[in-house]
Amino acid sequence: MQFALLIFEPPQAFAARNADENDPYLGAWRAYHKALVEADIFVGGSPLQPPETGTTVRLKDGKRRVQDGPFVDTKEQLGGFTILELPSLDAALEWAARCPAAAIGAVEVRPVSPEYLRRVTG
Amino acid sequence: MSGSEQESTHRAIERVARESYGRLVAYLSSHTHDVGSAEDAVSDALLVALETWPRDGVPQSPEAWLLTTARRSFIDLVRHRKVAEASEPTLALLREESKDMASSPEFPDERLKLLFVCAHPAIDPGMHTPLMLQTVLGLDAARIAHAFLISPTTMGQRLVRAKTKIRDGGIRFEIPQERELPERLDAVLDAIYAAFGIGWDDMAGVDQHGRDLAEEAIWLARVLLQLMPGQAEVHGLLALMLHCEARRAARRATDGRYVPLSEQDCQSWSLPLMEEAERHLAEAARCGRTGRFQLEAAIQSVHAERARSGAIQWNAIMMFYEQLLRISPTLGTRTGYAAAVAEAKGAEPGLAALDGIEAGAISAYQPYWAVRAHLLRQLGKTPEALDAFDRAIGLTEDPAVREFLLQRRG
Repeated sequence: MQFALLIFEPPQAFAARNADENDPYLGAWRAYHKALVEADIFVGGSPLQPPETGTTVRLKDGKRRVQDGPFVDTKEQLGGFTILELPSLDAALEWAARCPAAAIGAVEVRPVSPEYLRRVTG
Repeated sequence: MSGSEQESTHRAIERVARESYGRLVAYLSSHTHDVGSAEDAVSDALLVALETWPRDGVPQSPEAWLLTTARRSFIDLVRHRKVAEASEPTLALLREESKDMASSPEFPDERLKLLFVCAHPAIDPGMHTPLMLQTVLGLDAARIAHAFLISPTTMGQRLVRAKTKIRDGGIRFEIPQERELPERLDAVLDAIYAAFGIGWDDMAGVDQHGRDLAEEAIWLARVLLQLMPGQAEVHGLLALMLHCEARRAARRATDGRYVPLSEQDCQSWSLPLMEEAERHLAEAARCGRTGRFQLEAAIQSVHAERARSGAIQWNAIMMFYEQLLRISPTLGTRTGYAAAVAEAKGAEPGLAALDGIEAGAISAYQPYWAVRAHLLRQLGKTPEALDAFDRAIGLTEDPAVREFLLQRRG
């Protein structure tokens, strides 16, 4: 079963991306990534550029609406996502708790939807 | 009623609730096996107490008052649910008991039976601890869910399922026979220790719940000891938890940094808790049957000895681990043994002991990687040490420990 870890980070975490190689947050992420790969549960995922680089599109009353910035404007923003192959939600929550962002932001765990993916991809 | 009077009434209710909750639930459910209804009835009674006691004063015998009120509500609940469950025999039993109770203000303490029910082999082992925390201590499902890192809805559903099994699955409310007692008691002790372990790991200082859970576990062990005196392993478990609890404050520096055991300032350990732990360990030795918890407590006792002698007798720790390996070769024991070997004999044999653990078991076990990183560093195997540090850091949940390891890694 696949789970997506949606990683929400506060502004200082995005700012830390410009820090040098010895930044502890970066170090924690490297270690976490290694632990995921070594545990053979890592499927995919990536960090995202900071929220202000986002552009949100929607159609309202048949008209295009384009908005600068992210969909929701809150302090903590989606900073990346990771997809893991795990036997249960319990296991996914355990890995989410170890994620460096869990201590300073939040990590939402969601099952991936292969059924809907199949309907979309045919 | 003045503010301070109101406050003292609230404190009285809290105290009675804490002390009586498990006794009331255990008593009400012991014949009917309907733990869920018993809990609802006791909660109802506590709500009524919260309403009436501040107005009318705390009754002479608060527990008897709660029992009378809870029983009334319990009979109503069971009668109400009877439509679906046809529990006429249950009701007959309750009415009969009500008569008995009228003649005696004392009611039997059935908590021991309830503890054995919670840790019954027919109940999912993962639910033993949550069941105990809820039925004996009255913790709510949401709080248990946080500690167990499970969603509150899921935890609630699992608790309900377990209680349905207790009610309908023919699980008996009884003290196990001598023949099966050691095994059944082990399950109870394991469940209590699991609560302590969760409280311990959560101690990060971030989550106040964690601290409480360790205290609840000690409380449970005290209840168990009171109900089952003369069991060596109950003393052993209590000794183990008290030794750890004695060092709670020393685990963090004033600025919140993590401090490993061997670097803790033993002046900040709690002497009364250590002394109490030692008394229980001595009492366990008098019972004359060794076991897993006594050995683990003995290891902690050697660490505590540093407060007096200034040194850690690693040979003694290694020896206790050797005995522990024979009866409980868990991953934790094997990792602890390797760490003790390294201290007693050197990093090389310590690493060899780690290498003996099969690779499949350790991919998500943080302590293994932390010890391994430490030993590889000592042996000057830098690239391997960095790799092991990364594995340990990546598996760490506690931010203070993560920071500590990141600094050690360099």
